[in-house]
Amino acid sequence: MLETENYWKNKINQLTKIKEENSKSNENIKRWENEVLDPWNKKNANNNNDFSTTSKIDVKTSYSPSDLQGNIDYSMPGEFPYTRGPYPNMYRGKKWTMRMFSGFGTPEDTNNRLKYLIKNGQTGLSIAFDMPTLYGYDADNDRSKGEVGKCGCNISSLEDMEVLFKEIPLNKVSTSMTINAPASILTAMYASVALKNNISLNELRGTVQTDILKEYIAQKEWAYPPKDHMRIVRDMMEYCTKEMPKWNYVSISGYHIREAGSNAAQELAFTLANGFTYLELGQKAGLKVEEFAPRLSFFFNCTMNFFEEIAKFRAARRIWATVLKEKYGVKKGSSLALRFHTQTSGASLTWQQPMNNIVRTAIEALAGVLGGTQSLHTNSYDEAWALPTEQAVKVALRTQQIIAEETGVAQSVDPLGGSYYLEHLTNELEEKAYRYFEKIDELGGVISAIEKGYLQKEIAETAYRSQLDIEKEKEVIVGVNKYAEIEEDKIEILKVDDEAQKIQINRLKVLKRNRDSKKVNDALENLRKTYENNDENCMYDTIKAVQAYATLQEIVDVGRQVFGEWKEPQIF
Amino acid sequence: MAQKIRILVAKPGLDAHDRGVLVLCRAFRDAGMEVIYSGLLPTPEQVASIAIDEDVDAIALSLHNGAHLTAFPEVKKHLENKGVNDIAIIGGGIIPEEDKKELEKNGITGNFGPGTSMDTIINHIKKVTKKF
Repeated sequence: MLETENYWKNKINQLTKIKEENSKSNENIKRWENEVLDPWNKKNANNNNDFSTTSKIDVKTSYSPSDLQGNIDYSMPGEFPYTRGPYPNMYRGKKWTMRMFSGFGTPEDTNNRLKYLIKNGQTGLSIAFDMPTLYGYDADNDRSKGEVGKCGCNISSLEDMEVLFKEIPLNKVSTSMTINAPASILTAMYASVALKNNISLNELRGTVQTDILKEYIAQKEWAYPPKDHMRIVRDMMEYCTKEMPKWNYVSISGYHIREAGSNAAQELAFTLANGFTYLELGQKAGLKVEEFAPRLSFFFNCTMNFFEEIAKFRAARRIWATVLKEKYGVKKGSSLALRFHTQTSGASLTWQQPMNNIVRTAIEALAGVLGGTQSLHTNSYDEAWALPTEQAVKVALRTQQIIAEETGVAQSVDPLGGSYYLEHLTNELEEKAYRYFEKIDELGGVISAIEKGYLQKEIAETAYRSQLDIEKEKEVIVGVNKYAEIEEDKIEILKVDDEAQKIQINRLKVLKRNRDSKKVNDALENLRKTYENNDENCMYDTIKAVQAYATLQEIVDVGRQVFGEWKEPQIF
Repeated sequence: MAQKIRILVAKPGLDAHDRGVLVLCRAFRDAGMEVIYSGLLPTPEQVASIAIDEDVDAIALSLHNGAHLTAFPEVKKHLENKGVNDIAIIGGGIIPEEDKKELEKNGITGNFGPGTSMDTIINHIKKVTKKF
């Protein structure tokens, strides 16, 4: 029998009741406070700052077993609820994938960078696209002026994709593509490149981000309104389940939610809430959860509040497994285990004294590993200035390699499990997440909460509060509001000039001259009809349009005409 | 009694990194300014039109996507095309040192990088709009 009635409320009650009981029966702590701590504090320096985490969880002087009574997680790695890790032996079997996100300029530029990373020991590819690509505008569009290749690689057509992966064996690498609004089109392009090279679709391994919900909430790179985008996600779920069984078609991302200014609890809760929404989408499409849940992977941020971050990863795994089992009736173990990619926090990097960023990234990466990440991107020290140089990327990659090979932290699984403090933080974050799930349900679910602007406003509010804390020096950023220097260190930075734009525009001009324009028009017309019919799966016609060399924007424009464009509710 | 500063906050182009501008909107309002936020994804031309329609004293432009050297001067050009020269333009975002000089030459001041305090930005706006 599934527990769906008042599910969140019951969870919250259960957890708060345990805490109440614990506060009544902590004799040993009270004795220690009276006999040891208080006398000490009276005689010695004691900072009266409020000690708390980013999610405003109070931090006590010390923790003990009495903080965990009635709520001790005795599970082991690789078993329900997977708090300690999705696999029994974790990094003893296979280290996390070192997946450096990269992309700039033309497809040729990025192809060279990918080959450089492979040569230096990177084990998975991860592509960044520029803003025109993310929004679905071609390089030759007026809106793309000045932006082509600046924030990532530009892709305007299948031809660009062929260049991007030139001489990279797609059946041997796993590729992650950070693309959301046009995810179905980029997936179609990737599949088409593979087919052209006689690689079958069921050999393709990788991840396409596709998480449009977090776009409305945080990153804000959208094209159509939420319901229409979700229909395309549904089509991708169906298509990939059938045709590309090793392809993770959605990476449910907290990263951007955190970068936009939220705290750890908000990142955790909003991301998992999005996860439940995709789960329901698949269910409604008639897919079996047990079959598609393993294809849903997550992507979290890892920033500076060390223990809270580790607790966040543990809480995420526990909540996902628990809710899937109890509320959605998933039985198969491997479908319950949450797997995730981690990226260190870009927002934590400072423009001032940039070399300090190497240290920040190392600490964040360590937390990601202690939290049991499956893959990791480490940011480069120069990223508050520009896209990273090769030198800076190498230091970032070496940071991971040092953690993996020199520190010994990867030897035992979940080595911090059992720490009273960490277990307490894990429990606290879990409870905070349940409170947000309840609130989001009251608002009618994630999409409705987005349309009302609730999630966006929650994040903006936290971002503003945090900035005020920085200005009041309640929150310290070394080199910025403490230990600042007047003369700044100079570093070499990567410059992406407008050459990429010229090359891309030119390539499009030649492409448009040489392709079969009737074939293009027919393919786009078929796609329009499919878009208009909600019951049809649009992936097949998307692939045909891509293969006819219709451009990215030509395809997205069909969608814009059919679905309209999204206008964000007023946030400020 | 000082006159209130009217300011338009905008990201001219395909750039959605709005954490900074949303924080600044709040900070400007708390500092007593009348704040108009363009919402995301306006073109430089649309930014100029909103500024004129709203009769603002200043425009605060932010970009994190590397297009500042193209987009910021475009806003200025569109204002000038409409015969408007009395709106101060202040820039910010991920802007390399050498680009700052280039922007200054185009009359775009401030060009604040990450980690700049809100007070520094607010004082600069007061200075360039000559409203204290």
